[in-house]
Amino acid sequence: MFLEQFLNGLTLGSTYALIALGYTMVYGIIQLINFAHGEIYMFGAFAGLLLVTVAGVNLFVALIGAMLFCMLLGMLVERIAYRPLRGKSTRLSALISAIGVSIFLSTLMALLRGTNTTRYPDIIHRHTYTIGSIEISSLQIIILVVAALLMIGLELLIQRTRIGKAMRACSQDLEASALMGINVNRVISATFAIGSSLAAAGGVMVGIYYNAVWPYMGTMAGLKAFAAAVLGGIGSIPGAMIGGLTLGVMEIMGVAYLSSSYKDAIAFAILILVLIIRPQGIMGKKQVKKV
Amino acid sequence: MDAILTQYIDAYYLRIIILIGINIILALGLNIITGVTGQLSMGHAGFMSIGAYTAAILTMKFGLPFWMALLAGASLAAFFGFLIGIPTLRLEGDYLAMVTIGFAEIIRVFFLNFEPGGKAVGLYGMPQHTTFTIVWVLVIIVILLNAKLLESRTGRAFYAIRENEIAAQASGINTTRFKVLAFTVGSFLGGLGGGLYAHYMSYIAPQDFAFMKSIEILNMVVLGGMGSIPGTILGTIILTIAPEMLRIVADYRLLFYGALLVILMIFRPNGLLGDIRIYDIRKRWFNRGVN
Amino acid sequence: MEILQMEGITLEFGGLRALDSVDLTINAGQIFGIIGPNGAGKTTLFNIITGIYVPVEGTISFRGQDMQGVTAYKAAGLGIGRTFQNIRLFNKLSVIDNVRVGSHAINRSNFISDLLGLPRAWREEKIILARARQLLEMVGLYSKRHEYADNLSYGEQRRLEIARALAMNPALLLLDEPAAGMNSSEKVELMDLIYQIREEFNLTILLVEHDMNLVMQICERIAVLNYGRIIAEGTPDEIKTNEAVISSYLGAQA
Repeated sequence: MFLEQFLNGLTLGSTYALIALGYTMVYGIIQLINFAHGEIYMFGAFAGLLLVTVAGVNLFVALIGAMLFCMLLGMLVERIAYRPLRGKSTRLSALISAIGVSIFLSTLMALLRGTNTTRYPDIIHRHTYTIGSIEISSLQIIILVVAALLMIGLELLIQRTRIGKAMRACSQDLEASALMGINVNRVISATFAIGSSLAAAGGVMVGIYYNAVWPYMGTMAGLKAFAAAVLGGIGSIPGAMIGGLTLGVMEIMGVAYLSSSYKDAIAFAILILVLIIRPQGIMGKKQVKKV
Repeated sequence: MDAILTQYIDAYYLRIIILIGINIILALGLNIITGVTGQLSMGHAGFMSIGAYTAAILTMKFGLPFWMALLAGASLAAFFGFLIGIPTLRLEGDYLAMVTIGFAEIIRVFFLNFEPGGKAVGLYGMPQHTTFTIVWVLVIIVILLNAKLLESRTGRAFYAIRENEIAAQASGINTTRFKVLAFTVGSFLGGLGGGLYAHYMSYIAPQDFAFMKSIEILNMVVLGGMGSIPGTILGTIILTIAPEMLRIVADYRLLFYGALLVILMIFRPNGLLGDIRIYDIRKRWFNRGVN
Repeated sequence: MEILQMEGITLEFGGLRALDSVDLTINAGQIFGIIGPNGAGKTTLFNIITGIYVPVEGTISFRGQDMQGVTAYKAAGLGIGRTFQNIRLFNKLSVIDNVRVGSHAINRSNFISDLLGLPRAWREEKIILARARQLLEMVGLYSKRHEYADNLSYGEQRRLEIARALAMNPALLLLDEPAAGMNSSEKVELMDLIYQIREEFNLTILLVEHDMNLVMQICERIAVLNYGRIIAEGTPDEIKTNEAVISSYLGAQA
């Protein structure tokens, strides 16, 4: 029983991790909490839904399609709502702009699709496998594998490619990177693109897993994934992965062993505790302020 | 007084004016925390809800007189503001914002499960103690006290913390103490506004105090110009009236609101009135001012 | 009579030893200079004195009082004022308000008195205001008292920082590169100002500077810092001729 819950936690946590990665990468590079990120995730879920129902494609094509769509959406948002503010205004203004985008996007979807929940059609043949005493569904396996592949892919991208190196440089020192000849605008766009596509993947998988999508699913998931990013250490990519998985497990365990009605509060309680006890998160380094 | 007014003013407009008054109190409270002292608080609705529920329960279930219930609600909110202020010892900026979001969410989930508060259904049937007179007398008192406070040594300390915390410390300001003070005072006003709100609407439920509400109040402070009393008032008036005026576009209201935020931040990131304080207005109009 | 005594002060940032066993004694009324290459730890030393950083080893005492555990704002309350290397003004406050904030430490008015405008707050406000005006006149910024601090010129901003630091009636004033970015006539004015405030306010002044002419002229004693260590200490003449100092910092005389 415990292991099963643990697995459920890991599954949920993987989706949190995918969303959290987008938050952490954007924060790491431009110190913005991208409040609209949850809405990107939601759009990903809907994009996948659309592809599956209207275009009749299978899961993986829908996944890729949603990821591409959100890649563009994320870049568009950055271009319109964040870039004009960069370097010119306070962090708070950028934050509010992000909130404005979040409101805009969620309302847009609500207008397009109504506020009710839509079901994902059953496109995965659900098997339940039994390993020892644990039951695991094929869906869970798919989610875990896809998430793992994406995260590994991200790590490879960050560590082994030129754009990845540029991203790392920019997250250390944006100005210096610019002075070194790095096209900072392009790197930031790429960061948003990658983060958004991962969120989209998370959205599609959550949609299938819980069999539900609705226009405001991004708000809560966004806040929680954000908590996960902070838990792992905001700005740290491995941190976001660890934070997401940890949060997912803790939430499922909390529901299973404590109480289900306080489910949402668990993420935030963890967030507050982490920030008070160890603000830099699991993987973060303690910042010494230079006076 | 209300009876006299309703003879001259349409009840609809009277309602808006009263809501403006309540919102001014809420916004001035947040202004102290975020606008003046620079501590980003994105959970002001949490304090509002504490004031609202406390006051409502005290009048309905314990038969307390209105002013006593209001005071109790505001004081309890102030107590929680005090608690929230404590983490500021170790946190700042975005991290603190996250804590405030987490706190407000936990409060909301708490009230969702709070039996005496009606859980998800909420409380209804509060006697409509809040009148035009009471609201606007309180508004005037709050404005006057705010102006007094912000021009005093305490107020200067608040501003100094916002402007440059290290320099503030070097000038002898116990920044933690003052940040906690700012939260306490600001949340007192938040709770006061909540109590007034509850006894005007005669119905409150947890979703009235969700994240969106915190953002709405934050926008009132930011729009007008952070730290500025006239700015906050202006921002509150505009953002209370605007949704009403946008009723024409009804469903598209939030769409415009979201876009409006983005546009405002791009073109006027420092708010409409920038950093104008009552001191500046006095100086300009009467050509005098301090010494 | 010693006003500041530091013994064995050591500070580490991760693997980097920013200060290594620093011993320093400053006497009351002195104008004491601290010089050294960039990154030597001069500002770090200031930050230790003002309670921003906590040393891993060593002791500091100010006016005979042990400074262990004294945080930044408390250090100010004890009578240590400072200016910053990268100017730290309250940009969106007026010039006069910047100075008035400086008086915060010597004030006793509390929140309630401020809120209700009680007589005590009112009386203290008058004193603070008078002092602010006096200081602004001294640094020549009185006419600009209502300007926002970030509207001032660079030199004016440095002077404002000094005025603000003086507002708390300090016994020890730390000036971190006060002449940076100034031209020669401004530097002369600065030197005059430093002498003037030392006389009028009976201060001890600790000065970090890169301008050697200024340092040699105005300082009575100088300590040289390099890689977190004091490599020499003495009068200007002694320092000028010190081998270690010349090779690491001053450069050989032509």
